[in-house]
Amino acid sequence: MDEVIQVKVTDLDGVMHTIDAPTDMGLNLMEAIRANELPIKATCGGMALCATCHVLVHSNHPLPPMSEDEEAMLEQAFLLDIPHSRLSCQLHLTQAMNGLEVELGESTGA
Amino acid sequence: MFSGKFAAFLNYHVIETDLLIIGAGPCGLFTVFEAGLIKLRCHLIDALAEPGGQLTEIYPKKPIYDIPGFPDVLAGDLVKNLIKQAEPFKPGFTLGERAESIEKMENGHWKLVTNKGTVHTAPIIVIAGGLGCFEPRKPEISQLERFEDQGVDYIIKDPEKFRGKHVVIAGGGDSALDWTIFLADVAQSVTLIHRRTSFRGHLDSVQKVMDLSKSRKIKLLLNSEVTALHGDLKLEQVEITNFETNENSLQMADNFIPLFGLSPKLGPIKSWGLNLNKESIPVDTFDYGTNIPGIYAVGDINDYPGKLRLILCGFHEATLMVQSAFKRIYPDKNLVLKYTTVSGVKAF
Repeated sequence: MDEVIQVKVTDLDGVMHTIDAPTDMGLNLMEAIRANELPIKATCGGMALCATCHVLVHSNHPLPPMSEDEEAMLEQAFLLDIPHSRLSCQLHLTQAMNGLEVELGESTGA
Repeated sequence: MFSGKFAAFLNYHVIETDLLIIGAGPCGLFTVFEAGLIKLRCHLIDALAEPGGQLTEIYPKKPIYDIPGFPDVLAGDLVKNLIKQAEPFKPGFTLGERAESIEKMENGHWKLVTNKGTVHTAPIIVIAGGLGCFEPRKPEISQLERFEDQGVDYIIKDPEKFRGKHVVIAGGGDSALDWTIFLADVAQSVTLIHRRTSFRGHLDSVQKVMDLSKSRKIKLLLNSEVTALHGDLKLEQVEITNFETNENSLQMADNFIPLFGLSPKLGPIKSWGLNLNKESIPVDTFDYGTNIPGIYAVGDINDYPGKLRLILCGFHEATLMVQSAFKRIYPDKNLVLKYTTVSGVKAF
């Protein structure tokens, strides 16, 4: 079970859920959150085109840098200025993310 | 109801059809084809100005790999093909209008009115609304809503409206760039305001905007944002804050056009008495009927056990749905499944 990591996800009601997420299935964080049946709108399905999978990252895990698309989408949705903002669909799950803590942004429930 | 001369005078026109389809995305377009094969006419309503739904609006240049028979197809090309496939059945379109309210008439048919007042009637309503209506993303500026239609526009329908005006555009994507370029020749002045220093649009559009700025045909303000609007009844000035210098400046503006993309909302459908599961409409997988007889829901907007939001699943749903719609319209007629290989496609 080495391939499974745990991620702490705080929902819009402030409740923290610890979810198990496999790293060997090519999933991104948005998909793992959705697979655990937590409410996340993720309208565009993972193309970095809608910002309804916006999360705030609260732990110091090393994450891949933002692509231009991700940065542009966050900017367009007025979210780039909110510190620690990421699109969870752009965070591909890796072992290095074990213990990651994120909070769902308001747009995930819009 | 007005009739005769009086109706002509008031331009009172009712669009009548068999299937009134809300949403001109892939699923709505394919419904036209499947309905056409069994001789049902269709009319599509969409809040966007072009058919294609999110394929046209969000990702026209993205390849799709899971349409049967197409190893890969660009979303925009799939829409073009769906329109071509539907063409023999002469669908009607009410575009750029949002389906607002429905009402059951005495004859059992539905009357649907859009936000612009266009009236449609049909025995069947098909909701193929995808993620809902695309609505403009609005920046948080106080008084923004007060100046809507008094200088603030989110969607440009008639560029001539801006002839001779002082126009301020905000945004960093293709629509902001494209409209800046277009309006540079129409408006008295164009100012493009962007919160960052780089643009994410097509490279040639970015270059054109830079060139226009160099030749002073437009004013380009980077690292800046509109932070307040001023005016009496109509917009007169916008206040601009520069992040680098933290300075505020005022600029004359007849029009302010914030272009920050569109985001989908379920919209007025919410209040039609349909059962809802969050933002989706539960249906019976027998025929994709909703809880209201005569209203069906197909594609991304519906929900049932095992639902997958895939275009190909929406096509299947539409195909089964039209059979049920036919039987509802013509309860005494028998419907025989015909293969297009045998019968071909008989245009209207």
